[in-house]
Amino acid sequence: MKKISITGSPKTPFVNFDAKEGLVEIKGRSIPENSIEFYKPLVDWLDLYTKSPQKMTNVNIQLEYFNTSSSKCILDVFKRLETIYKARNEVIINWFYEEDDEDMLEAGEDYESIINIPFKMVELEE
Amino acid sequence: MSETNFNIKIIYDQMNDGNVIFTYKGDISSDLITDALNIVEEKLKNEKSKNKIKRRIYYVLVECLQNLYHHKDKPPDLINLGNNFAMFVLSKRKDSSYKISTGNFITKDKIQLLKDRIDQINSLSAKELKALYKLVLNNQEFSEKGGGGLGMIDIVKRTKNKLSYKFHNFGNNDYFYMLNIKVD
Repeated sequence: MKKISITGSPKTPFVNFDAKEGLVEIKGRSIPENSIEFYKPLVDWLDLYTKSPQKMTNVNIQLEYFNTSSSKCILDVFKRLETIYKARNEVIINWFYEEDDEDMLEAGEDYESIINIPFKMVELEE
Repeated sequence: MSETNFNIKIIYDQMNDGNVIFTYKGDISSDLITDALNIVEEKLKNEKSKNKIKRRIYYVLVECLQNLYHHKDKPPDLINLGNNFAMFVLSKRKDSSYKISTGNFITKDKIQLLKDRIDQINSLSAKELKALYKLVLNNQEFSEKGGGGLGMIDIVKRTKNKLSYKFHNFGNNDYFYMLNIKVD
């Protein structure tokens, strides 16, 4: 499977999806006007990865800001990861947030309560 | 200046009360949103408020600008304004809270639904808002414009303040919709 590497922009995040390494990373800002357009290739990639995932997949989500239309797309990403997890593979989700960013921590907790995979909440010092 | 253009000027002047940090009136485009957010982020660095508040302001502005981008209707034909016209203002109040105001045209048929939605969101407790947020987030449907229907729920959930709104009639079918959000 081909890697996905996308450089971050003022409105879209850095993305690094690597099937060989079992690595799924999204970092930065996700505030595009058309989130579906941005996330569709990522979700398609995950659909394929779901068919033959690594025994362990490491997921790093480190978002500074995301808009509500991205939030649905990010949930789509998590749903694919849930499929991998349910098929008895290990999926480690690290949800990063800055130390005083309660809203970002809460956003992670909201996802955790929808997806049946435990999240590791990682506080970053400013 | 036509009477309707004059009314837009009055509305804009009213929105620009308090200590204005950023204000805009004109066509809304993706590039304009990028530029406005950059400028606001830089300006907020000079504000003495806590980072948490600054982040909330940015978040609310992001959602508001997305709403303007996706949901504005074109101004009535008689008004001499671009098809993508809208306005927004970020200002600081005397009590150190911030206010984000937006204004855009909408057609009459959308008003009831919008009013009902805002009134419903305003009536919910924090716990109920969180439950609604998760329900809508987990609902696979997207509106045809890509909005998830989550924006206003998220704004109230984060700011813990109610939305205030007004509709100003501009003739038979056209209204100007004004939304105010307090961040403190």
